[in-house]
Parts: sequence; structure tokens; C-alpha cells
Amino acid sequence: MDTLFFTDEHNMLIEMISDFAKSEIIPIAKEIDQTSRFPSEVISKLGDLGILSIPVPKKYGGSGMDNVAYAAAIMELAKADASIAITVAAHTSLGTMPIVLSGTEEQKKKYVPKLATGKILGAFGLTEPEAGSDAGATRTTAERKGNNYIVNGGKIFITNAGVAGLLSFTAQIIEDGKNKGIGAFIIPTDIDGLTISEPEKKMGWKASDTRQLFFNNMLISESDMIAEPGEGFKIFLKILTGGRISIAALAVGTAQGAYEKALKYSTERKAFGKEINNFQSIGFKLSDMATQIEAAKLLTFHAAWKKDNGHDIIKEAAMAKLFASEAAMKITTDAIQIHGGYGYVKDYDVERYFRDAKILEIGEGTSEVQRLIILKQILKKVESLV
Amino acid sequence: MKIAVLVKQVPGSESPLPLVSSQDWLDESQVAYIMNESDNYGLEEALQIREKNNDGEVVVVSLGPDRTQKVIREALAKGADRAIHIQTNENYPTDPLAAASLFADALKGEDFDIIFSGLQSDDLGYGQTGVILGELLGMSTATLAMATEILDNKIKVKRELEAGYFQWVTMSLPASISVQSGCNTPRYPSLKGIMGAKKKELNVVTPSVGDQNQSIKKIYAPNTAKETVMIKGSVDQVVEKLVTIFRNEIKIT
Ligand SMILES: Cc1cc2nc3c(=O)[nH]c(=O)nc-3n(C[C@H](O)[C@H](O)[C@H](O)COP(=O)(O)OP(=O)(O)OC[C@H]3O[C@@H](n4cnc5c(N)ncnc54)[C@H](O)[C@@H]3O)c2cc1C
Repeated sequence: MDTLFFTDEHNMLIEMISDFAKSEIIPIAKEIDQTSRFPSEVISKLGDLGILSIPVPKKYGGSGMDNVAYAAAIMELAKADASIAITVAAHTSLGTMPIVLSGTEEQKKKYVPKLATGKILGAFGLTEPEAGSDAGATRTTAERKGNNYIVNGGKIFITNAGVAGLLSFTAQIIEDGKNKGIGAFIIPTDIDGLTISEPEKKMGWKASDTRQLFFNNMLISESDMIAEPGEGFKIFLKILTGGRISIAALAVGTAQGAYEKALKYSTERKAFGKEINNFQSIGFKLSDMATQIEAAKLLTFHAAWKKDNGHDIIKEAAMAKLFASEAAMKITTDAIQIHGGYGYVKDYDVERYFRDAKILEIGEGTSEVQRLIILKQILKKVESLV
Repeated sequence: MKIAVLVKQVPGSESPLPLVSSQDWLDESQVAYIMNESDNYGLEEALQIREKNNDGEVVVVSLGPDRTQKVIREALAKGADRAIHIQTNENYPTDPLAAASLFADALKGEDFDIIFSGLQSDDLGYGQTGVILGELLGMSTATLAMATEILDNKIKVKRELEAGYFQWVTMSLPASISVQSGCNTPRYPSLKGIMGAKKKELNVVTPSVGDQNQSIKKIYAPNTAKETVMIKGSVDQVVEKLVTIFRNEIKIT
């Protein structure tokens, strides 16, 4: 890994985040999990260091590094705390990249530099109560009135919604009573007509802010559009494809964090007169964990590398996300098993990693949806052969 | 203000420390190296002085084999302006006088106002390099700096003494000052700094190492033995015995 994908700069970045995590994140990880506190002080420091804009071009105030760097950073953060990692990933992949990829030059200049430094955070609203996996079933409408749009509807499970200054979202565009397809907009979160509800009470990712939104006759201008009707859906799916690499990285980090704790514990805990890693059923669990992590890491960095080199990554990103998230669930489960009863109580951190892992098989496309994407891609290959 | 910062690459505190079979050095292929802790504070002190004066240059100087360039890049990423690598791929000097002489040769033409070094290296731990270097270059010297303040052509240094006491000394510049860990809050390198580190000037010099007054003959881990003493008797007798042990052997006063 070190020489296959990483340059000196990547290694320096990883070391820096590892140091940062040791002094600034690990000491508070338990507290922010147990109190569901959003750690704005940590996020603001990450912004100062340039970690909130790793793949954002320098031209717009970003760090201008590649997707390998971005994946490596999310992985390193997730090793320490998944809530902080998802806050950064949602802000970057979902909150900032839609504007970078499809905003007008004016929108980019206006919004991206502030997002890049973390002066404001970004959120992304695609999911609705009745449009999850089936994101095309979006019911939110934006009805054209002259040069403006009136938005009604709502979004659910939106990461960073309560802490973000900017929100991008999708809606059905209605013109003269006709449905023109799904478009996308970017708006400041203090706009009239937008209500942001209380944070969801979740199983994991407890220090990440997740909320429901309601649009009630929200008046926005046509200059707030970031994707034309019909384009919005495609662009958001493209954003999700890139975002999958960051979820895969988050999964590898979560798995790695739990594995390291289990490995250490297995050398300290004794039963029947020996360290428990001497029992083959425990030792082989560790072998399997290490192997799964290695495989997930390679899939993730390969997808990131392909993206950096301009290749199509629909299949690779889905495979990385699917494999890494399922590996994370298995590994965090086994990490608890290796800890025995101590793994089930909150004094040891592995139960947090376990709770943080489950969402990885759901968010940014469930495992089932990833399998659908992969199947579609491989069948396409077969069809082109016959 | 032109400031040099001596930065050493040392084994990390969590690194494995296996020995080579001749038992006179570490098996470097298995060691995880990091920047010496107190050097990191010296670098921060220098960067803060440069930032406060909005002027000046911070030059990081490191002695060691090629691997040392990793900590040099780290210092450049944190904000040092340029670097000098005194490269010694073989015959690394373990004698502080020999090391300080190499630094003196590399730095003497440059007229530095201040040389910051760490209080001691976390591997050899002699704590002498900065002091000897100051002497060789005819500079004022101070050790164990906890804070510094630049006055006109002078520097005020808060030195850590024993038992929680401090001393302020004012010295003329140029000065060589060794810095204690904890005197400031070292920064993390920003991504901008990391991306820019390779573009900064790194000057490699390859002097020959002179005679050394000391050398390492053998490295070994000390034997540790655990001894449990059972104190028998009535409660009063046990307590009295314990107090005696605390007072005379463990020396709790
Ligand atoms: C903590 C958290 C944070 C989130 N952050 C965001 C965010 O920032 N922005 C955002 O837009 N969304 C966000 N989401 C929403 C998330 O992306 C959706 O929950 C997810 O896509 C699944 O949608 P759903 O919950 O409606 O499940 P459903 O789509 O209702 O799925 C229910 C079950 O049916 C399965 N299923 C559905 N369709 C098929 C099919 N065709 N074939 C086989 N199985 C199928 C699913 O795999 C799943 O098992 C977040 C969710 C959570 C929990």
C-alpha cells in the first residue's frame, strides 16, 4: 500500500492526522459518543489544517490533493472516531463537491472558499421519507414563478443539517404545471421557509448531526440552481459514486480501529493460563480480520486511484463500499467477541465501533443497492459480448 | 532575525527497538522514526518568533543518514523556510562534541541570531549538543528554556530549575538555546504546508566525521527483577514497618 498508492505527501498527511487524532480526537471520542455532542472545536481545527477540502481545487481555496489522499484521511479519522470522519466526508463529498462539479463559476466563487476552510459546513439532501434507495421518487417540488422557484416538501436523515451553513438538495422542477424532471439547488440554511428539526437519536455516529428538513413555500431564485431539470438526478448520483469511496474508507478505518483494540486485548487477556490469542478460534479471527482489512483497503485505494486517473469507477466504488462496509460489520462484531463480556460494556471502545459500523451498510446506498449497481455493470459487459 | 533549529530523527516511543547481532546499534529496518520531541518545541518557538516579527528566516538543520530527510520535510511542512541536511550515512557521530563540530562547520558562515535545539535527544539523551555548539560558535548559551522573549539585540529566556523554580536570564545575541518540551504548543503541518514542503530548498552537505571521544560498545536492556516482600505481624507492626520502608527505601517524605 505504502509504495503502491502513496507518495511522501500522502504519508505525511496520514502521520499528521494520526498525531492529530491522538491528541485531539481520541481523548474526547467516548464523551462525544455518550453525550451525542457535535465536536465543533475539532471540526474547526480540521478546517484550519485544510482537511475539510482535500479534493477541492486550490483555485477555490481547497487543498487540491487527490482522492487517494482524501480516502487516506477519512480512514485515519475513522480509526479514531467515525462521527468526526462522517462529518468531514459528508461536508466534503456531499456538501462541497456538487458545487465544484456542477455549480456556475459565480456559485463556486461565492460558496466554495468558505466551505473549503470550514468557515461554513455543507449538507446534502437527497433522501426523503418516501424516496430512499429509490431516490428518483423524490416528492419535493420546486415550482417556477418568474425568475424564482417556490419549494415545498422535505428531506430526511440529512447529515450536518443542523450545523451546516449551506444545503444542496434535489427537487422535481415544475414549470407551467409540467414536471420537468429532477433538478438541484444550493441554499443558505438560514433562509425563510426552511425548518430544521431536532437531531435524530441514532444507534451510532452519535456525534454526527443528522436531521429532518421541511420546505414550506420556500422562495429561492433561479440563480440558486446548481443542476438543470433532468441533470440534477444524474449529478447527484455521480456525487454519490464519489462519496462511496469515502464511505469505504470510513469502513476500513472503523474496522481497523476495532481490530487494533482486539489485537491488543488478545495479548493481554488470559484464560486457562494463556493469552487468548493462543486459542486458534481467537487467533484465526485476528487473521481473518487483518486479511479483510487489507482487501478492503486495496479495493478502496484502487477505486480512489482510478478516479484520480480519470477512469470510470461506478463498479469499483460500489464494490469497495459494499465489501468494506460488510467487512467492518463483521470485524467490529468479532472485536466484541474477542473482548468477551468486556466488549459489551462501554468502558471498552469496541461496542462504539460496532454501533458505528452498521450504518455503513445503509448510508449512501444500501448493500442491496450496491449489489444492484455492480450487477448492472457486469451484465452490461456480458450484453456487449453477445 | 535568522534562526536555525536543530532537529533530530529518533526512534518513536512506541517503536520496537531490536538490536543488530553485533549489539552495538539498533536494527534500523524495524525502527519507526519520528522527530525528537523537544526539537519540535524548538521549531515552534522559532516559527512563533518569525511570525511575531513578521520577518526573518527559520532554517532547519539535521544531522543523520538519508532517512533523516523525513523529519526535515516535516519541519518544512510546518513552516521552516529551508533546510540543511548534514548527511552521515556511515559513521553517525554518537559523541556530542563530534556532532556539535559538524553543526558548527555547517552553520558558521551563516550568522544566525538564534540557534534553537531540543533539551536532549530522546535516544542518546546527552543534552549537550546545543551547549557545545554555542561554545564553538562563540554564542551565549542557555538550557532548559520554557519561554523566550526578544528584546533589542538581546533575548530573555525563562529557564526551568529544580523543584518548580524558574529563572529569567537576559543574554546578548547571537545565542544557542536548548528548549524544554511543553514550552509552547507545536502546530500540525497544514495540507498546504505538506504540499509545499518538497518545493523548499534543501541543502545537503557531506562532511567527514572527525575523531570521536566516545563510542558505543554494547547496547542491552537492563535486567528487571520483581521482588515481593510480605510483611507479617499485627496491624500496628505492619504499619510501622511500612512507614519505615516508605521513609528509608522508597524515600517518600
Ligand atoms: C445516519 C444517516 C445519515 C444519512 N445521511 C444522509 C445525507 O446526508 N443525505 C441524504 O440524502 N441521505 C442520508 N441518509 C439516508 C440514506 O442514504 C438512506 O437511509 C439510504 O439510502 C436507504 O434509504 P431508506 O432508508 O429509505 O431505505 P429503503 O430504500 O426504504 O430500503 C429499505 C430496505 O429495502 C431494500 N431495498 C430497497 N430497494 C431495493 C431494491 N430495488 N432491491 C433490493 N433491496 C431494496 C434496502 O436495501 C433496505 O434494506 C442518511 C441515513 C442515515 C441513517
